[in-house]
Amino acid sequence: MTGKPATVDQPLPRPRKRAVDWLIDAILVAFCVLMILPLVFLVANAFKTPQEMLAWPPTIIPSDPTLDNFTAVLGDTPLLRWIGNSLLFAVFSTIAILATSAIAGYVLGKFRYRTTNVIFAIFLATAIIPFEVYMIPLYFQAQSLGILNSTWGLLLGYLVMSFGIFLIRQNVIHAIPDELLEAARMDGAGEMLIFFRIVLPLLRGALGALAVLAFFQAWTAFAWPMIVATTRESYTIEVGLALFQTGFTVDLGRLSAAAALVLVPSITLFALLRRNFVQGIAATGIKE
Amino acid sequence: MLARRRWRFAILALLPVFLIFAYVRIYPIADTLRLSLFKWDLLSKNKPFIGLANFRELFGDRLFQDALFNTTVIAFGVLVITVPLAMVLAALINYRTRSRLAGFYESAIFIPHVVSLVPAAMAWKWIFDARLGPLNAFLSWFGVPAQAWLFDPFWSVVCIIVLCSWQALGYAVLIYLVGFKNLPVSVYEAATLDGANEVQKFWRLSVPLLKPITLYVSVVTLVSGFNVYAQAFVLASDAQGAPGRQVRVLVLDMLENSFRNYRFGYAASEAVILLIIVLVLTLLQFGLLRERATR
Repeated sequence: MTGKPATVDQPLPRPRKRAVDWLIDAILVAFCVLMILPLVFLVANAFKTPQEMLAWPPTIIPSDPTLDNFTAVLGDTPLLRWIGNSLLFAVFSTIAILATSAIAGYVLGKFRYRTTNVIFAIFLATAIIPFEVYMIPLYFQAQSLGILNSTWGLLLGYLVMSFGIFLIRQNVIHAIPDELLEAARMDGAGEMLIFFRIVLPLLRGALGALAVLAFFQAWTAFAWPMIVATTRESYTIEVGLALFQTGFTVDLGRLSAAAALVLVPSITLFALLRRNFVQGIAATGIKE
Repeated sequence: MLARRRWRFAILALLPVFLIFAYVRIYPIADTLRLSLFKWDLLSKNKPFIGLANFRELFGDRLFQDALFNTTVIAFGVLVITVPLAMVLAALINYRTRSRLAGFYESAIFIPHVVSLVPAAMAWKWIFDARLGPLNAFLSWFGVPAQAWLFDPFWSVVCIIVLCSWQALGYAVLIYLVGFKNLPVSVYEAATLDGANEVQKFWRLSVPLLKPITLYVSVVTLVSGFNVYAQAFVLASDAQGAPGRQVRVLVLDMLENSFRNYRFGYAASEAVILLIIVLVLTLLQFGLLRERATR
């Protein structure tokens, strides 16, 4: 926290400045509450009886909390299985993205040859193309590999992440001095040893941020799982929920319960990893 | 000798990653371009090359026109709401950065961006619901009659814009906050000495200085707006299974042409249109940035 340009040498007299600060805080608090209110209501609805659901104004803390909605939804749908599918997909995808990004980012950052530069240019050029553009051919590739309706099929679309490669490359360039690598080479260390013993530990922070991004990217993926996982057993939680909520007999309580079961873990995870997250997302906006 | 070994390591390490990348990115991208020039229907035996005929058909296709129109309105709608709002919010949060609530502000605005799309969209669907939704109940206090928001051709698009903006805002605010923290302190000190107030500093200094960030955030917001799908999918189907009014968006139209009509070549040509839109937006961003730099 170095620069706070706007607050340097306040010209306002003290009481007035306090009033302004207070006003800004009030506006921000009101806005933030509005932002999270839909999610708060959703979780609250999950615990409500059908009667209370209709009450106006809607209550935030259910007066007569019940777990019926949860037991009903868990009986109706293989929700836990869907969560398991998503979890497996997200974990594998994170591992794959960390591995590919760490290797490619390191090589592209520290080994500048014509070949590697060309490859970097290719990564860069394809980075902006949205997944939706090429997912149909990719679907046929998954089909010909015989991995539709499986974690592997889901994974096919989420093995690499261009931004991950750039993020690690950026970090390698800024955080790992050439002298350090040269010194290790002088001491006779092989390239593999250098990568695993020196480079990877130094990239821990960047890899942590990337891991959080990659995990949430897969966890919240929608269009790709929608076309690749089309059997009830292979749905991810997002797809399962989206299709479940179109059902004829589904009431709001059960929908909210299902949604809450998905939201609460991801919000908890976010709260725990907030620093990593913010760091990673912020890095997406930093341009060379 | 050493140099040669180093080069070999670099190539050997990079090769597997590059092969994966080629298989899951480059090849399908090229294949999209190829398919778009073919009459590639799943059910017919021969799949002839038809040049640009798919594209010609596309521009006479009512459903596609609908989808392109809706998607464009949504993307620009989200842009118009998100970017100015994010800038002001970031300015306020930055101003109160020493406040004990700063962490809360950041998290509360950011959470909608990270939570899963579908549950979040379901929350909004309840809010907009004609019979049970709090929005109608709230408006009835002011004597506004109940509306079937999600069934009205105009309002259903607005609902999607609101939902998408709610999600996009957190990212934009975060990027702006990074921008604010990197602004040169000395310029602001000088302005303060000259007697500028905070509002003047915001308009005269922050807004112009943050232009590159505004450009970047705008393009990211627009690109993700053009890819809108899950939001439309969830909001469009009614909670009780009644067929909702579907807001046709590009990705939805594309998937329908592929997996319902089995016209993969035709769908690929839609994907190419999406690609062109994204490329134009990105080039526009670079062009505007360069123009600034040379001036």
